[in-house]
Amino acid sequence: MSTLALLAQEADERHLPLTSFGNEPWWLTLGKTLFVFVLLVLMTLFSIVFERKVVARMQQRSGPNRVGPGGWGQSLADGLKLAFKEDIIPALADRPVYLLAPVLSAVPAFLAFSVIPFGPKVSVAGNETALQLTDLPVGVLWVLACASLGVFGIVLAGWSSGSTYPLLGGLRSAAQVISYEIAMALALIAVFLYAGSLSTSEIVAAQSDRWFILTLPLSFVIYVIAITGETNRAPFDLPEAESELVGGFHTEYTSLKFAMFFLAEYINIVTVSALATTLFLGGWQPIWPFSQVEFLSEGWFPMVWFLLKTLVFIFFFVWLRGVLPRMRYDTFMRFGWKVLVPVGLVWIMLVAAARTVALEVDDRRDMLLYAAVAMGVLLVVVFLLPERRQPDEAPGTAVTARDEGGYPTPPMDLAVPPTPRSLVRSAVPAGDPATSETSDRSSSHREA
Amino acid sequence: MPATADVLAVTSTGEAVTFWVLGPLALIAAIMMVLSRNAVHAALFLAAVMLSLAGLYAAQDAPFLAAVQVIVYTGAILMLFLFVLMLVGVDSSDSLIETLRGQRIAAVVVGLGFAALLMATIASAVVGEDGTVAAVGLSAANAEGNVQGIARVLFTDYLFAFEITSALLITAALGAMVLAHKERTEPRISQRELARRRFTSEHPWPLPGPGVFAGTNSTATPALLPDGSEAPDSVSPVLERRSAERADAPSAAPGGKDLSSTPGRRSEVEG
Repeated sequence: MSTLALLAQEADERHLPLTSFGNEPWWLTLGKTLFVFVLLVLMTLFSIVFERKVVARMQQRSGPNRVGPGGWGQSLADGLKLAFKEDIIPALADRPVYLLAPVLSAVPAFLAFSVIPFGPKVSVAGNETALQLTDLPVGVLWVLACASLGVFGIVLAGWSSGSTYPLLGGLRSAAQVISYEIAMALALIAVFLYAGSLSTSEIVAAQSDRWFILTLPLSFVIYVIAITGETNRAPFDLPEAESELVGGFHTEYTSLKFAMFFLAEYINIVTVSALATTLFLGGWQPIWPFSQVEFLSEGWFPMVWFLLKTLVFIFFFVWLRGVLPRMRYDTFMRFGWKVLVPVGLVWIMLVAAARTVALEVDDRRDMLLYAAVAMGVLLVVVFLLPERRQPDEAPGTAVTARDEGGYPTPPMDLAVPPTPRSLVRSAVPAGDPATSETSDRSSSHREA
Repeated sequence: MPATADVLAVTSTGEAVTFWVLGPLALIAAIMMVLSRNAVHAALFLAAVMLSLAGLYAAQDAPFLAAVQVIVYTGAILMLFLFVLMLVGVDSSDSLIETLRGQRIAAVVVGLGFAALLMATIASAVVGEDGTVAAVGLSAANAEGNVQGIARVLFTDYLFAFEITSALLITAALGAMVLAHKERTEPRISQRELARRRFTSEHPWPLPGPGVFAGTNSTATPALLPDGSEAPDSVSPVLERRSAERADAPSAAPGGKDLSSTPGRRSEVEG
């Protein structure tokens, strides 16, 4: 454990040291496991209806409102319906892999949540314990490992279905995850540098005076973009793009297996939201005015803060889906490799430099001097860079040819060709009762 | 050093159980990987081997190594492997004919050599010069935290090896890029250019999909019934109806088939 984390914990006795995890009575561990499982299933049921209702509101509809109070039982009913549907296995499917894929998708999704801290130290029947199933010295890496295993489910589902659209969906998913995992890891490195630890509880403890979203805003932005790509959410939901790939990797899946993919997808959304809360939004710690109140920042109550922040994140994901169109595949990949990764690398260098200076240099004047030298070097480099040559206009792109109909406006002297309708009308005899009546009706409508 | 020897000799029950579950699992998966004829199945068995190894690392107080094993080998490298398999479309079983002459013998020799190398390395790390046990145990190695301990060793004693390894990887990546690079001989067609071509072509509008018999896909064009006549219900009565036949054809004039001439329909519209 680093000295930084130790210092933070000494100052704040709401946190338990990392070594205390794993030394609890078995019934407490079992209880926590059950709690995490039930919470995840409930969150899935909730967030499906929540998403449908919020997107409906954004599109001026009312959304599901039939099952249960206010329609909130809709996803439960859907889940039951899915479980009783016919289970179809395509003739061309690779059976063992086809059956394994949904399990491989759902199990890591549950596992990833085991290191997320819900709240501070509480006392359960005389046992002091943190509101967290367990924690590891490599807690965040555990979440990353589970995420990378979960993709296996998607890729294998695509391959084993023995069909073209799922295969394309699986391919896209593999490429997408490999690309965006790098950007995500780069965003997380800055957090590790500042927290001095990889364990989730220590990262939360390191944010007791300032959340990392304030110290590392760019990391937060990169992380949010990367996890949107990683969880296959709109606008990056290319592996299951309906307009191109039918259902993507789960086209051939039915019944309970399809439900498992659905479950895994929503648990992943909850997990990445919870991880973002833990890493950047101070975990279960309340926002400033409330953090002064002892009752609101100790014991069981901080769990409410944690769930609220997670919910805000889930809403953000739904919001993205409601407002953004799906990206084209090549622009998406180009954005990941040519924008996110370089920006992340440069940002890491800046953060590392700032961190080193803050930890090693005591004199404020020295620090300013170093900053000035760095700025000077940067300026010289920028001046030495050759000016970018303006690209010659490619042949044929000039918008001059009026007779061709310059894009995007039609030519001013456009002669409208006769439509089939006007041809029809001119062929109709003048006294045709039907036509005259139609025009009468439309004119009377206009007057009214 | 009798104290350290004692430490090394003691294996907790949990660790023993983990070993006897994961060890055979890894071995079986490795054998199945070699024997399976389908490339994707082989990759899956390899993933099982990797995961078992990660479990063994975790049981031996090396959580960082376990996590990195899963993320890098299972998550990234095997995923890339699967990606390539899908891209080249190996979905049938591979034939067992040797493509490289003497491949099996070479594989056996290299495997034995690797095993000898591994044993020698471990022996030199564990056994000291005078035949005693030189290893200090994981509690000493993890004294300042597992991740911090690895970081200290990696970026001080083994910095050169670390840098050399990364240089090797970058060289490989650059080599692959140079080999796969293709020079573009004509300018890239932009979206703007594509739109211009479309609007100056004969068909700025999207063409009707395959299997559609109508000459247009307007909603005002009625569908054709099996006998060739127009289906009156297929066009909304509020639309001015077009003919299903081409408008410039001489038979375009509507006859008594006009929708609005049907009395019931007209009352529907007006009411």
